[in-house]
Amino acid sequence: MRTLKFLLQKEFRQVFRDPAILRMIFIMPVIQLMILPWAADYEVKNIRLAVVDNNHSDYSRQLISKVTSSGYFQLQHYSSSMQQAMQEIEADKADLVLEIPAHFSKDIVKEDEASLMMSINAINGVKANLGGAYLRSIIQDFNREIRLRWIQFPRFNPELNIETTSSNWFNPHLNYRYFMVPGILVVLVTMVGAFLTSMNIVREKEIGTIEQINVTPIHKYHFILGKLIPFWVLGLFVLGIGLTIARLVYGIVPVGNVATIFCFAALYLLAVLGLGLLISTYTSSQQQAILLSFFLMMVFILLGGLYTSIDSMPAWAKAFTKINPVSYFIEVMRMVVLKGSGLWDIRYHMLTMAGIAVVLNSWAIFSYRKRA
Amino acid sequence: MSAIIANNLVKTYGKKKDVMTALHGISFNVEKGELFGIIGPDGAGKTSLFRILTTLLLPDGGNATVNGYDVVKDYRAIRQQVGYMPGRFSLYQDLTVAENLEFFATIFNTSIAEHYDLVRDIYVQIEPFKDRRAGKLSGGMKQKLALCCALIHEPSVLFLDEPTTGVDAVSRKEFWEMLRGLKERGITILVSTPYMDEASLCDRVALIQNGGIMSINSPEGIIASFQKPLFAARTSRMLNMQQDLLQLEGVEECYLCGEYSHVVVKPALDAAQLDSYLRNKGHEAVEVKPVAPNIEDCFMDLMKN
Repeated sequence: MRTLKFLLQKEFRQVFRDPAILRMIFIMPVIQLMILPWAADYEVKNIRLAVVDNNHSDYSRQLISKVTSSGYFQLQHYSSSMQQAMQEIEADKADLVLEIPAHFSKDIVKEDEASLMMSINAINGVKANLGGAYLRSIIQDFNREIRLRWIQFPRFNPELNIETTSSNWFNPHLNYRYFMVPGILVVLVTMVGAFLTSMNIVREKEIGTIEQINVTPIHKYHFILGKLIPFWVLGLFVLGIGLTIARLVYGIVPVGNVATIFCFAALYLLAVLGLGLLISTYTSSQQQAILLSFFLMMVFILLGGLYTSIDSMPAWAKAFTKINPVSYFIEVMRMVVLKGSGLWDIRYHMLTMAGIAVVLNSWAIFSYRKRA
Repeated sequence: MSAIIANNLVKTYGKKKDVMTALHGISFNVEKGELFGIIGPDGAGKTSLFRILTTLLLPDGGNATVNGYDVVKDYRAIRQQVGYMPGRFSLYQDLTVAENLEFFATIFNTSIAEHYDLVRDIYVQIEPFKDRRAGKLSGGMKQKLALCCALIHEPSVLFLDEPTTGVDAVSRKEFWEMLRGLKERGITILVSTPYMDEASLCDRVALIQNGGIMSINSPEGIIASFQKPLFAARTSRMLNMQQDLLQLEGVEECYLCGEYSHVVVKPALDAAQLDSYLRNKGHEAVEVKPVAPNIEDCFMDLMKN
């Protein structure tokens, strides 16, 4: 025990003397949580619209003002030449062209039917998709208004009409940040848990101190525990900072118990610490450790359900998320923060995480040989 | 019983296609309380040998014991009893001098106070800097601190891998004096160095080259085994002189040694003949004199054969 105490004392001393690590622990979470949720947003705004108006009628002007007043579109170009509008798209000055044919208003009045054309720049797939959808729904709305004006409806609707209204549970206003902040917090905890640990151990290899430690009669488990405990503590600490920021800055108060989050995080950190240990056994310099960590982090985040929904992934990716610890924690975070789940609700997550922790740690200890 | 016994140690690196043999069956004994030097150039296999003896590396063949314990089976017992100072400074650079020493004392389950008298002579020299971080010390200071850390648990055998490499001449001299002092206390010391001039400071030395031992003897014994006539020569144009001398029949070897070139010749030649030969070749300020061989001459000779 005395040895372990001294090992821990030494580790903490080193951590607090290293300005780079301190910055990582204190400043990184603050910056990431302050900036990322504002910028990383699914909603597409400021879609630049080019309108080709060949009609110049009351109807076309009504349509244009309806589109531009929605707040999603910026009228970038207005003319009656399709060619000019396409040039705008080619110069990347416009994202979407709406062409109104010359007989638009005549058709509406006479034929009860008129067509419009949308040309969308699909280089940015998300923008194209959403922009098209927004515009379509605005035009539909416009369509309904006109029909109301022209057609005298009978008392009962002659066609069958199903109307859907939706209500969003757990995040009624679909506040994007409620959904994103807990996820970013998971990434932070993972960085501290897995990557700082691996870099710390590899650093001992790199500067040769591990050699000096290895000739001492110190036990393997003492050394490993001495490395893991400080980062376990720091990981929980960062989680605490993050939850505080979430509350103060974004007003995100977990519906569930904060203790539930910490309880799961304690287990989760065991798993990622094992991962850090594992990375350190397979690398011999900090550079290698960073590159490997970076690679793993990308995979974990992109296949972890932070940005994209796991349910819409192909089967193989879904299978991977089953062994991706990050995806479990993101899910648990959202469950507890938004839905108020308790320990009993996340029991399967806990069990799986315990399993992952056992596998990663035993693998790491197995491959960490004190003797070369 | 000898403190260190190495018996036919073999170490290879690499796999199948690209095998590099670092040690080709090295055997030697070091007696208790002896100051034993392993002398050889870079890449001779010194560090591999040290790493095997300090239980950091498994040998691919042969066996070795330290204090009677096998380096493979009884590594735990060996680690309690030996001190190791690697060639590269490997203490915690971000901990202070005092913290480093305290840390190593603790992981050996002892305290600085317990063995203070052993390290006192060395520690007093670095004590004024005890609150400085180890990374900020000068090269000589770092070596002293590393030696203190290797000694803090009072080891009976001390392994020093190139302790004087990259250290200035004054610190080197001081360092060897410290080793003498430790030897008086009965500590067995195995030290490696690429500097031939340090060989004479050891009780016995092993000259190693390319993973094999060429000779084991006391420094005097090694020098005595050098039987050929040896001259030191100097002229105003040293490089040309060496080329000219190597063309002369009867000259076996000619290499730079300080400000002179050492010339190994067959018994038939003498100083006067060399002198006149060089003058005939147009050299000026010619000086040729017989000289007593040193370890380096022996090493060059052994390497050639």
